[in-house]
Amino acid sequence: MGKVGIIGVGQSKFTRAFNGSIRELAFEAFREAMLDARLGTKDIDASIICSAPEYDKQRSPSGIIAEYFGLNPQPTCYVETLCSSSTSGIRLAYSLVKSGLHDVVLVAGFQKMSEITSAESQERMGRGADIQWESPFGTMMPSYYALHAQAHMAKYGTTLEDLARIRIKSAHYGVLNEKAVLRQPLALEAFTDPESRLANPISSPLRTGDCCANADGSSCVIVASEKKARALSPKPVWILGLGSATASVNMTGRDAFSGLAAAREAGRQAYKMARIKPKDVHVAEVHDCFTIAELMAYENLGFAKPGEGVELIRNKETYAEGSIPVNIDGGLLSKGHPIGATGGSQVRTIVLQLRGEAGNIQVKNATVGLVHNIGGVGIYANVMILGRE
Amino acid sequence: MGKKEVDNRFRQFGTVSFTGLTRVNDFIDRLKEGKIMGTRCKTCGAHFFPPRADCCLSLDNNIEWFEIKGAGTLETYSTLSYAPTGFEKDLPYTIAVVDFGTVKVFGRLDAGIPREKVAVGMKLRAAVSKPNETQISYRFIEA
Repeated sequence: MGKVGIIGVGQSKFTRAFNGSIRELAFEAFREAMLDARLGTKDIDASIICSAPEYDKQRSPSGIIAEYFGLNPQPTCYVETLCSSSTSGIRLAYSLVKSGLHDVVLVAGFQKMSEITSAESQERMGRGADIQWESPFGTMMPSYYALHAQAHMAKYGTTLEDLARIRIKSAHYGVLNEKAVLRQPLALEAFTDPESRLANPISSPLRTGDCCANADGSSCVIVASEKKARALSPKPVWILGLGSATASVNMTGRDAFSGLAAAREAGRQAYKMARIKPKDVHVAEVHDCFTIAELMAYENLGFAKPGEGVELIRNKETYAEGSIPVNIDGGLLSKGHPIGATGGSQVRTIVLQLRGEAGNIQVKNATVGLVHNIGGVGIYANVMILGRE
Repeated sequence: MGKKEVDNRFRQFGTVSFTGLTRVNDFIDRLKEGKIMGTRCKTCGAHFFPPRADCCLSLDNNIEWFEIKGAGTLETYSTLSYAPTGFEKDLPYTIAVVDFGTVKVFGRLDAGIPREKVAVGMKLRAAVSKPNETQISYRFIEA
């Protein structure tokens, strides 16, 4: 059985409010991926549409989006694992291709979060946790990650300044990414300036500056069999490793809060399948929905030992010039986090890096990249290792 | 034909409940008796909190209630300065995970605990609370 490759990637500009409908938003990334792969709709054997529900009114969005893409009568389906929906879609695409059922599968992720208010959005996201036993206490996404941040600080002495450093790195690269929502440079002082919005408490210890922004956006990734990939693409990027795991939704089911068990397990699987070690990764995209999430990812993926992730950011090892560049497209913190589109956007960044087409953020001689995409508060975790030959 | 009565006691749980019907609705009655309870599988002895009607280890539904008693240890917490829709009036409030040994419990800290006293490792116990006229819940108080 041959390899599975990625032959086309696309992403819409991520914005605070997209001026159009979900099908039009999804089309932005679709157009870019199809042009990138130089394919016509007849070349696509099946589509997988990914988002998280309840942001817009469309039930079963796969049908209407496949229609708008001109992908009838090919099969389509909807895949949802909250913020990791589109990497779950790619995992399914991989298995459809690997099984020989299809040769070319298109994965489109989208989210239009601007149709509801920020408080409503927090209520929706909070209900991505345990609605029976936790939501009645008034929970929201930042507060769940805040529980992890508090535990990490208590156990390892991680400081607010360490968390701020992650946001500063993100802003540094957000400036360079024309598809990002936030493109302003930031200095550490912004977190101590009482006049600055960044220092506003949201859910202790997390502040506004520790949280990513809601956004509207879409992504698209085209997956193909080795034979098709070699025939259609001058620079196919291969899926070398896939890991996927889950953890208890309710916080009471977790052994510890200083890391995400699902991410650790998904990473272990992906490294094993790709037969590489963490030190072999040249460039990574990790799920930095909050600053603490990036710090935990360093440790859960083995870039640093537990408790030592702070050294990577203090020493700027995760900048483009460092030993393991992480989120040098600005990450979710600067790009914005349109839930269902996020994983595909991370994959796009790594594919461009491995093709040598990453422009002003290109990591020299990058041939192995990693994507870490988390759904909910570590409920779902997908880790993917990509490579050029 | 008369309307079938719906046992939606769980609507009373917490500030805003998102579930009415559950097979562990008796949790609400126990709260009214002043007890915070989890469930134990009578077949295999597994303890669960939050309570569950079905045991995923024995696959049995032969459960009994046990009370969350004594002091637990604060494992982690967060104070919210911003709330989701429906919880604005409660701000600021602190959510927490407390480890009672056999089970961990998720809930809120009692608003009366001075903020400077709150620290990972502090001893707490669970006690019933009334968020408002119609609702019932529990909170963690100093042990």
